[in-house]
Amino acid sequence: MKSSSTRLIVATVTLGALALLPPISLFLGQDFYIDLFTRVMIFAIAAVSLDLILGFGGLVSFGHAAYLGIGSYAVGILAYYHVDNGFVQFGAAVIAAALIALFIGWVSLRTSGIYFIMITLAFGQMIYFLGESVNQFGGDNGLNIERHSRFADFLNLDRPTVLYYFVFAWLALCLGFGWRLVESRFGMVIRGAKSNETRMLALGFRVFRYRLVAFVISGAMAGVAGALLANLTLFLSPSIMHWTRSGEIMMMVILGGIGTLVGPVIGAIVYLVLENVLSGLTEHWQAILGPFLVLVVVFSKTGLLGAAGEWRAKFPHG
Amino acid sequence: MIAVAEQVLNGVQFGLTLFLMAAGLTLIFGVMNLVNLAHGSLYMIGAFIAAATFNASHSFIVAIAAALLGTAAVGIAIEVVVFRALYRRDHLDQVLATFGLILFFNETVRMIWGATALYAQVPEFLSGQIQILPGVPYPTYRLVIIAVGLVVALFLYLLVMRTRIGMLIRAGASDRTMVAALGVNITLLYTLVFGLGAALAALSGALAGPVFTVESGMGDDLLILAFVVIVIGGIGSIRGAFIAAVLVGVVDTVGRAFLRPLFALFMSGFAADNAGPATASMLIYILMAAVLFFRPEGLFPRARR
Repeated sequence: MKSSSTRLIVATVTLGALALLPPISLFLGQDFYIDLFTRVMIFAIAAVSLDLILGFGGLVSFGHAAYLGIGSYAVGILAYYHVDNGFVQFGAAVIAAALIALFIGWVSLRTSGIYFIMITLAFGQMIYFLGESVNQFGGDNGLNIERHSRFADFLNLDRPTVLYYFVFAWLALCLGFGWRLVESRFGMVIRGAKSNETRMLALGFRVFRYRLVAFVISGAMAGVAGALLANLTLFLSPSIMHWTRSGEIMMMVILGGIGTLVGPVIGAIVYLVLENVLSGLTEHWQAILGPFLVLVVVFSKTGLLGAAGEWRAKFPHG
Repeated sequence: MIAVAEQVLNGVQFGLTLFLMAAGLTLIFGVMNLVNLAHGSLYMIGAFIAAATFNASHSFIVAIAAALLGTAAVGIAIEVVVFRALYRRDHLDQVLATFGLILFFNETVRMIWGATALYAQVPEFLSGQIQILPGVPYPTYRLVIIAVGLVVALFLYLLVMRTRIGMLIRAGASDRTMVAALGVNITLLYTLVFGLGAALAALSGALAGPVFTVESGMGDDLLILAFVVIVIGGIGSIRGAFIAAVLVGVVDTVGRAFLRPLFALFMSGFAADNAGPATASMLIYILMAAVLFFRPEGLFPRARR
């Protein structure tokens, strides 16, 4: 009860702050923050999508950056062939990511534990090397995207503020959808299978099918994040699919609080802002970020949200 | 035909480099149930120490020894400082903590040796070629890598199957609580195994340095290949790692060399130029998916407890 009310407060405050960010940063003349936080929200969507299977389903998928890349390449490749209709591009991104997730999930979900971690990791690398070796679309040099996705005249994504609120709307949509999903019967089965697979099987649930559907939903949502990312960077590069990127997305989930929906959002904010601040201080920022991550994992079981909950429990009237 | 034989040998050489990595990884997982992503960093550290020592001392033996000892020391240090806190945690926590270590080591290497690649050269007495068949020369250095890989495989087999330490390693892998209850210092055993794994990764890196590029992050992609190897071989099995490593090495190398010309036989040159390299780079992952589809615990699964 207490922890869920903490989460609700954190979620409201976070989304409220994100909604107010563009006018404030324009007022302060710091347009740069609009760009940074558009990126933050895109990775927040990717992290939320991962947490649906990682936190709620207990499926440690270590190849999540692949779906981000597929969504991104779907937009980029269509733009390369002068198809810039946003509905077509985003539709293609979602469908492509879902289909690839269906295949990867179908093979990977036969395994469990450490084998599942490694097979999803290997499939992620497979998609990465595919992107790197297809020279038609830039190979490992990457490819410029000429134009933003075009949805409607009033939705001109060339303008940073419009793109920001477009991404914000997607984030809110994904959070709302995720909340409905985990509270639904389907979500209960997924969560039940995490805590006791044998019991769920004995109750007659075909756990494999439920997990596969969750895996596909998660991949499709990450595909949306990829399509948004292509619109932000206007550049295709296989490096967004490298396995270290999957590690970063997973880190955001853990950092914020695994098994919650707002946790990954907090994690994405903290991770990317920290990266930004540290890289401004020193070029060797990874030497600081790395040990920080190790400390977070070693000393915290539930991420920053868990720490906030403990703090509230300690000072109930504070 | 000669070209095929040469590529197969290259594949075996690459496979044995992978085996040195994978053996340590699979031992550490088998005995301590620890997923160590930072194993690729140990490979990188080994390569850097060897290249730097060789450039300073011009002695191959000194360079290899420095790489083994230095990396084993680094490995033991991170085992004591970080991993002891992680043994009882789930695999997810281990993956993330060791991911943090990768960032740290990649950056540290960049701080010490700079962002550009370090030049590693083949020692002079190994820089020639040997006629493996009449009229077929092959680089001596690559043959040495193959020989070292085979010797290490034999050494590991004897160590694990024929010595007291090996018996404890196997016992620790199947029931660590019982081994500890029987009075074995399990903490020391873990540290020893970890040092051994680190030294093997360093040997792999030191030998591979002159063949590949010695740069920050060089272990990141090889680590994934080593994971593919131990997944195909069956996690915890040295024998499985050996067979899978050679298989992966040969399939990858031969695929990269011959898929494009093979595709060009029945495709347009343009299509083959795109499809050949793309398929070649995915080949071992397809191999892994196929193996896991039929044998979800690899070729040599551990016996059920």
